[in-house]
Amino acid sequence: MNKPLNKMAVQATINGESKAFLCSPGQVLAEVLRDELELIGTKIGCNTGDCGACSVLVDDRLVCSCLVLAAEVEGKSVLTVEGVANGGELHPVQQKLLEHGGLQCGICTPGVVIAAKALLEHNPYPTEEQARYWLAGNLCRCTGYDKIIRAVLDAAKTMRGGAA
Amino acid sequence: MAVQEFVSPTSLSEAQQAVGDGTASSWLAGGTDLLVGIRLGARDPARVIDLKQIPELTAIQVDETAVRIGAAASAFDVLHNSDVPSQFPGLAEALNLIGSTQITGRCSAGGNLCNASPAADSIPALIANGAKCRILGPDGERTLAVEDFVVGPNQNALASSELLIELILPRPTPGTSDAYLRLTPRTEMDIAVAGAGVSITMDESGECTAARIAIGAVAPTALLVEAAAEALMGSQLDQTAIDAAVAAVRAAARPICDKRGTAEYRIHVVGVLASRALANARARIKKAHS
Repeated sequence: MNKPLNKMAVQATINGESKAFLCSPGQVLAEVLRDELELIGTKIGCNTGDCGACSVLVDDRLVCSCLVLAAEVEGKSVLTVEGVANGGELHPVQQKLLEHGGLQCGICTPGVVIAAKALLEHNPYPTEEQARYWLAGNLCRCTGYDKIIRAVLDAAKTMRGGAA
Repeated sequence: MAVQEFVSPTSLSEAQQAVGDGTASSWLAGGTDLLVGIRLGARDPARVIDLKQIPELTAIQVDETAVRIGAAASAFDVLHNSDVPSQFPGLAEALNLIGSTQITGRCSAGGNLCNASPAADSIPALIANGAKCRILGPDGERTLAVEDFVVGPNQNALASSELLIELILPRPTPGTSDAYLRLTPRTEMDIAVAGAGVSITMDESGECTAARIAIGAVAPTALLVEAAAEALMGSQLDQTAIDAAVAAVRAAARPICDKRGTAEYRIHVVGVLASRALANARARIKKAHS
């Protein structure tokens, strides 16, 4: 079958699996993840890079998927919230967000999970201040942030093997 | 209209071919301004040309005389995967202030410069450090000082087919350091009310032998304030010299009033920021001497 006019074929690794998809040249990754790949965990909030709800990792780099063209991820590796848990086992960041009540409506949560995971891979020993600055681009209108920060710092502790 | 075409050249010559046929085209570095501009209707390219597959555009190189930052190198790579923060802590301060971690992961010094916002954080820091732009056009290359690159709000000196390849910063001589400070109502995710970047050189006796002071968000473009530098040259950076430099900075500022502050407020604040940035740069030099 011929590809639709003006569509580009892109091959990328999405959550560890090789995927091919079609996108328009100007289409952003967030839209393709949700509408083409049915990965609706990634939320679109502001669509201008201010709110962080669409955060994903592209080649381990934390980015807003509303500010990445889908065509740019050709040959790259993308991690969305759907790829964070190990099967039925939650990632420590997810587990601690649940335990600390670090979410209410849940719209910001997928972005928070991805951003916090990126933080703890970049810096396993974040101070509260470092965690707050790293997550400053993930807006949450429910929690007041405190429970999110507590959850992330507790997750850091867990990932270090329980050591202080 | 919408974007009709996305191309990803892998060399400078391919990039020049991609822009040569008259189609309305935009260079794509990190996209943190371009893609927002397209969505808001302020930009309307038919073709987007990604620059990040061109090695020169993402390289960050340090040699004996200069530091070269590829125009599309992300701020995150400059901050975490290069020697730039140790060479230019003030430039690192400025790049770290651009948006969130997500934005820093994509945005570039070259893009911040080409976008030419009057309030761009990296531009005063680049000017203070004497950065030059290496520009490629159909007729070859040219070099332009950063302070001459921005010609107005959101307007740069590039012709439509020209490409900013890299920013070239002379390596700091011994006794040199820089600093950048800005004021925002919030501590993160905000746009500067005023900003000041400085680079100073002090000899062993504490005399100021070189200085560059640049200010942002207080004029249509970031400004190099030569009179402020002259006030410091030959001094011990004593209070009289600092006061004269601050007065020169305030005299050069010609801000607007908007929702972020009045002109009067910005003129006051930019002087305070310049003074504090000078103190920070001096403290860095003293620390290196000790």
